[in-house]
Amino acid sequence: MITIDWQAFWLTARLALITSLILILIGLPLAWWLARTRFRGAVFVEALVALPLVLPPTVLGFYVLMFLGPYSPLGSAYEALAGTLLPFSFPGLVIASVLFSLPFAVQPFLSGFRSVDTRLLDASVSLGAGRLPTFFRVGVPLAWPGLLAGFVLSFAHTLGEFGVVLMVGGNIAGKTRTISISIYDSVQAMDYATAGWTSALLLVISASVLILTYTLQRRYTKTWLRT
Amino acid sequence: MNVSFSFPFACFRRSSVFIPALWSRPRLFQTLGPLLATLALSFLTLGCGKGTKDSASPVAANAVTVAAAADLQFALPEILALFHQEHPEFQVRVTYGSSGNMRAQIAQRAPFDLFLSADIEFPKRLIESGHGVADSLFPYAVGRLVLYVLNDSPLDPERTMEQTLLDPRARRIAIANPRHAPYGQAAVAALQTDDLYEQIADRLVLGENIAQTAQFVQSGAADIGIIALALALAPRMSEAGRFWEIPLERFPEMVQGGVIVRHAKNPEGAEALRAFLLSAEGQRVLQDFGFLMPEALP
Repeated sequence: MITIDWQAFWLTARLALITSLILILIGLPLAWWLARTRFRGAVFVEALVALPLVLPPTVLGFYVLMFLGPYSPLGSAYEALAGTLLPFSFPGLVIASVLFSLPFAVQPFLSGFRSVDTRLLDASVSLGAGRLPTFFRVGVPLAWPGLLAGFVLSFAHTLGEFGVVLMVGGNIAGKTRTISISIYDSVQAMDYATAGWTSALLLVISASVLILTYTLQRRYTKTWLRT
Repeated sequence: MNVSFSFPFACFRRSSVFIPALWSRPRLFQTLGPLLATLALSFLTLGCGKGTKDSASPVAANAVTVAAAADLQFALPEILALFHQEHPEFQVRVTYGSSGNMRAQIAQRAPFDLFLSADIEFPKRLIESGHGVADSLFPYAVGRLVLYVLNDSPLDPERTMEQTLLDPRARRIAIANPRHAPYGQAAVAALQTDDLYEQIADRLVLGENIAQTAQFVQSGAADIGIIALALALAPRMSEAGRFWEIPLERFPEMVQGGVIVRHAKNPEGAEALRAFLLSAEGQRVLQDFGFLMPEALP
């Protein structure tokens, strides 16, 4: 009997979308700064951002659990304010997801901004446009393909993340049980039919998201080249 | 005031003047933008609505959340079905996993009401650290170990354990990770009698918990495994393979204990489930599923 956990699908989609939206807010300024700064220490920041790429998810999950837990300054402050705990809750998962998906957003953002001809940016500033308008009118429109890629990659990566979510979320149905964890549960219960179908569905969704993005990106880039 | 410091959206609109090709051509983005925004908003609002509904409903108020060791995967659903007949007021939700991991999460105040560990040390330590109710520790079962092979395996678990495991055709031997999984520690103890461990140490593969270890063998990735009898008796496992019980004298008694979590939201539910597990009915099911009764039932 196949019993796909639709609740988990819904929860995962919500988690991935919120994470990607937050990453736009945090990642865009960060990537812009990294692309434009002459500060030598910026490489350390860049390395720090990329760290989740190389750190084992369980290590990251363990740190995040300790960092957000009720015995940490952040965790106890949150508990005092919100009255609930940060780990094993949806907001906790969002914070963890933002952390582990950070490089998947910032790296493409960064390469998008780096591909922008600096002379255009300098021209914009020297013509009196100011920093913020230069960012929105010149930087962002020219770096679009990279920004879209960052949004979609962080979305797709959050859809499939497992280790951190298991560690920080605690696999609680309806609250923190995402698709990948529900697949793990089915496999553990030797319910291979459900595990197989859920995995196939996740595969189709992830592939569709990527195909759609690359199609858009291609069409967009071509329009840009023609003009 | 300088126009350049106006609200970002204004900048967006004005950008079309400067770079018309980029901003006005791809109509896709203009149509997709609002669509995405609406989607995002509906996601967020619907999500919030759903959350409040959940916590307000009477069913959720009487939910009992259980963290259970992976070897209870098959016995516990049966017990819960019986428990539900007796106590229809409780909605039990179970998370299965490795006992060590769940102990760490409960020590960070994970929202569980009852913890059913695969050993007695983890619940004891939770009481010591103040995360378990002091007098609620209860042994509920004793675990048994088996050597398990698939039906078409050339290995014969009916022979002695030494002969079976030293057979060169046992290229990969699956056990649970002894660092945190109680079944792994018991497996290593069983192997250390007669110094078998040293001879086969390089052929061991470690599962994260006992269910994953069983799966290593069942999928054919490992040639033989030391797993819980409770898992070997599961329909899918017993149909696919043969097994031989490892004598209980070969490893320290695997008493499995439970504890009621100190910050439990539903201590009454946890208490009721604890009582049912220890009742004659609960113990009968546990025995049917490959556990022994602990000597001292509280």
